[in-house]
Amino acid sequence: MSGVRHLYVHLPFCAHRCGYCDFVTLVGGDRELHARYVDALLAELELERGLLDDELETVFLGGGTPTFMAPGELARLLAALPPAGEVTVEANPETVTPELARLLSRNGVNRVSIGAQSFHMPLLDVLERRAGPEDVRRAFHHLRDAGLDNLSLDLLYGIPGQSPSDLERDLEEALALGPEHLSCYELEAKPGTRFAHTHGDELARQSEAMEGYFERVVAVLTAAGYRWYETANFCRRPELAGGRDLRARHNLGYWLGHDYLGLGIGAVSTVAGRRWRNAPKLAAYLGASAQGERPAREVEPLDEIVRGRERLLLGLRLDEPVPLAGIESALDPVALARLERLGLAERVEAGLTLTERGRFLGGGVTAELLA
Amino acid sequence: MDQSRIRNFSIIAHIDHGKSTLADRVLELTEALSQRQMREQVLDTMDLERERGITIKAQAVRVPWKGHQLNLIDTPGHVDFTYEVSRSLQACEGALLVVDAAQGVEAQTLANAYLALENELEIVPVVNKIDLPQADPGGAAAAIAEVLGEDPARVLRISAKTGEGVPEVLDALIERLPAPAGDADAPPRALIFDSSYDQYRGVVAFIRVVDGTLESRQALRAMALGTTFEAEEIGFMSPERRPVERLTAGEVGYVITGLKDVSRLRVGDTITAARAGAAEPLPGYKDVKPMVFAGLFPTDSDAYPELRDALERLKLNDAALFYEPETSQALGFGFRCGFLGLLHMEIVRERLEREFDLDLLVTAPNVAYRVLERNGDWLEVHSPADFPNEADEVEEPYIKASIIVPKEFVGAVMELNNERRGSFDHLEYLSEERVLLVYELPLAEIVLDYYDQLKSRTRGYASFDYDLIGFRPGELVRVDILVAGDPVDALSLVIHRESAQARGRALVERLKDEIPRQFFDVAIQAAIGSRVIARETVKAKRKDVLAKCYGGDITRKRKLLERQKAGKRRMKQLGAVELPQEAFLAVLNIGDGGKK
Repeated sequence: MSGVRHLYVHLPFCAHRCGYCDFVTLVGGDRELHARYVDALLAELELERGLLDDELETVFLGGGTPTFMAPGELARLLAALPPAGEVTVEANPETVTPELARLLSRNGVNRVSIGAQSFHMPLLDVLERRAGPEDVRRAFHHLRDAGLDNLSLDLLYGIPGQSPSDLERDLEEALALGPEHLSCYELEAKPGTRFAHTHGDELARQSEAMEGYFERVVAVLTAAGYRWYETANFCRRPELAGGRDLRARHNLGYWLGHDYLGLGIGAVSTVAGRRWRNAPKLAAYLGASAQGERPAREVEPLDEIVRGRERLLLGLRLDEPVPLAGIESALDPVALARLERLGLAERVEAGLTLTERGRFLGGGVTAELLA
Repeated sequence: MDQSRIRNFSIIAHIDHGKSTLADRVLELTEALSQRQMREQVLDTMDLERERGITIKAQAVRVPWKGHQLNLIDTPGHVDFTYEVSRSLQACEGALLVVDAAQGVEAQTLANAYLALENELEIVPVVNKIDLPQADPGGAAAAIAEVLGEDPARVLRISAKTGEGVPEVLDALIERLPAPAGDADAPPRALIFDSSYDQYRGVVAFIRVVDGTLESRQALRAMALGTTFEAEEIGFMSPERRPVERLTAGEVGYVITGLKDVSRLRVGDTITAARAGAAEPLPGYKDVKPMVFAGLFPTDSDAYPELRDALERLKLNDAALFYEPETSQALGFGFRCGFLGLLHMEIVRERLEREFDLDLLVTAPNVAYRVLERNGDWLEVHSPADFPNEADEVEEPYIKASIIVPKEFVGAVMELNNERRGSFDHLEYLSEERVLLVYELPLAEIVLDYYDQLKSRTRGYASFDYDLIGFRPGELVRVDILVAGDPVDALSLVIHRESAQARGRALVERLKDEIPRQFFDVAIQAAIGSRVIARETVKAKRKDVLAKCYGGDITRKRKLLERQKAGKRRMKQLGAVELPQEAFLAVLNIGDGGKK
């Protein structure tokens, strides 16, 4: 059996917790704590190394804010991780200095995902983001100057108070930088977040006015030469990028149902029909590591039916058909027939795919398709 | 017993004026029950009756008083059971008319008083609840005396609650009521005024022997229906069954028939001997017909057999209940049920839900219509779905409504009745303050939200009663509701041509609010035949995606979609449109008159 080829590393530290965030994050921490955390990550890596393939396809450092880490510790971690074809780090604009950009580049990072979110100050304030539009542009140029030729920008839309022209301007500003990749998410007020508490009602009120924003995002970006390859992700088309396939290979691994190993607090792994999630507690994680033990984990076995469903729900996010071989039992044939009649889903030679309208309704359509 | 020492009587009263409490005191006083045995309101045997304070099934109790045999025949207290009330009254020579000292004369008081007078009963008027601080016994006595043309001094004043004045009531029954005057030597004739079903012994008929003698083990015949049976047991209630060898002219009691089907022994029929029986039945038998209809469907379609069994069992005790299987595209398998009136419908529905633990969907009630067919026959239609698109002549049932209100609400009541196609009959001042309004109205205008409207427009002060007065021609049309081009049979309604547009529009607008957005535009139309009279569109959803899905939250996203799918499985189909159960119920409720 071939080993796991995708590695995720969770770096939970942030300067500040944004109101809308529902990830596992920790505010602050000094170099000493960061050092102990990196030790623990590397110890967990050693414990699980047997699961990994000799050659990794991707490594992804997510957070939190990976670039908030003490630079020495970040460099130590990067140097110690196994090499891979794509190594991505998430970065907050205000943390990207020329030094940091060079540090990443020197340590094998070849892709950076920048959390821009918006270029409009009042909206950034609503999101409680620290970086301004200038920080985004500066960070982008620093990374370019350090030789990184695969940069992604994260944008949010549907922010309370965001007008249609605000949206157009955000897209324009992002495109002006010429990123290889864009992730565009509709802002959700996730239950329990501070943001939902403050802005939930306002979002609900605006939802009708903003329901065309998603269509607009797709229209603008595809017109600008980007491929809408996943529900929320866009990459420059190969013919406009010297033939490069600029899809995020790490995330593509998730969407294609590949196994992956996750290290760090709250990190999830899925390997050979088994999924586990490390407990999201820093002290316990460090403690277990000091004892030479695996961190506490919540384990979820995935039977064949569940795996089939996941293949379907992940695969249908992509612009390429999901092969149906082996997962027919996950599919509700009556629902499929109805959705085909409605022009939302299509069976093609290679499997099942959603039509363009079907992709805009992908959540509901996929739910219906599940057996 | 010698007929001269028998007195048969009923107690008639408006709801909550104390009929059952008075019955309890009578039993207690005559020691038919010891106080220790005494439960409140023993005559009402069903839980539902006890809870709602409504007497549904009449029964009869024999009590001794000063050397006499008194038979108290309990009557149902509501308009839906007018026929049963009239049979109970026919079994009596007199009635106690009970009026609440604080509330005074109400619509049902009048309806029942007139019914008693029509049956040539001697009426003993009683003002009850004189112990209440807000009681006005003088005023109530004057009002009731006025109605009866009686001397106010002869109106008895009592408190059934404390027992004050109750012995005098029993004395008055002996003094004022005539003794039965049947022919003791003639072939037997007994009036069935009520029946119930005993699951071990079959149909039990409650009877008043008018002529002759009925004996245990005698072969008997019901004259109108021709049903023959043997009297397995004969007896009287005290208040439990007490078997006896015979019941003689003037006496009241029961016959256990062993019949397994209540519909073979109808209230109002006459029992006589199978051999050498009477030639003529007692007058007044009527085949009562249901006038209000509604579809009853189990919420969970798997419960259809349970609903069928439950209806079968209810029918055993309720000969007036009618049902036949009905299939609806929207609601699946169920039954079209016929009821005497709205209360009857409510009671049946509650018993089904409570005693049989069924979850029901009930379509908006409609009345029985008569439609003239091309071949010249009149067809009776019980469901809007069967109502023809175009009919030359249509008739609908009418009622005569009596409404009593404080005079300041007369205008409001008139306005309501005008909106409901009512025609004014007359108006009467019952006292300085209280006015009786009599209107003729189509029954269809009552079955929706008339009671609610009447209550809200008179701040709860109106009392209301009605009598059916027959079928009359009406300008009626069927309005169909189409969702995404498909008619929703459960939402069709028959309505007066002039109201069709407004009701159609209101329905379509309410539906628009209830139907969640789908993957496609959903047209909602109201139409008469092929002519659309109102239209709305529920716009298609434009987006429905999970914003993010990465390695860390696949399980959560999958569960979200699985829940969504599970929800879909429970959805109800309205044409091509799927609706969550709650929206579906709301849509159905739109049918009940568009309560806003």
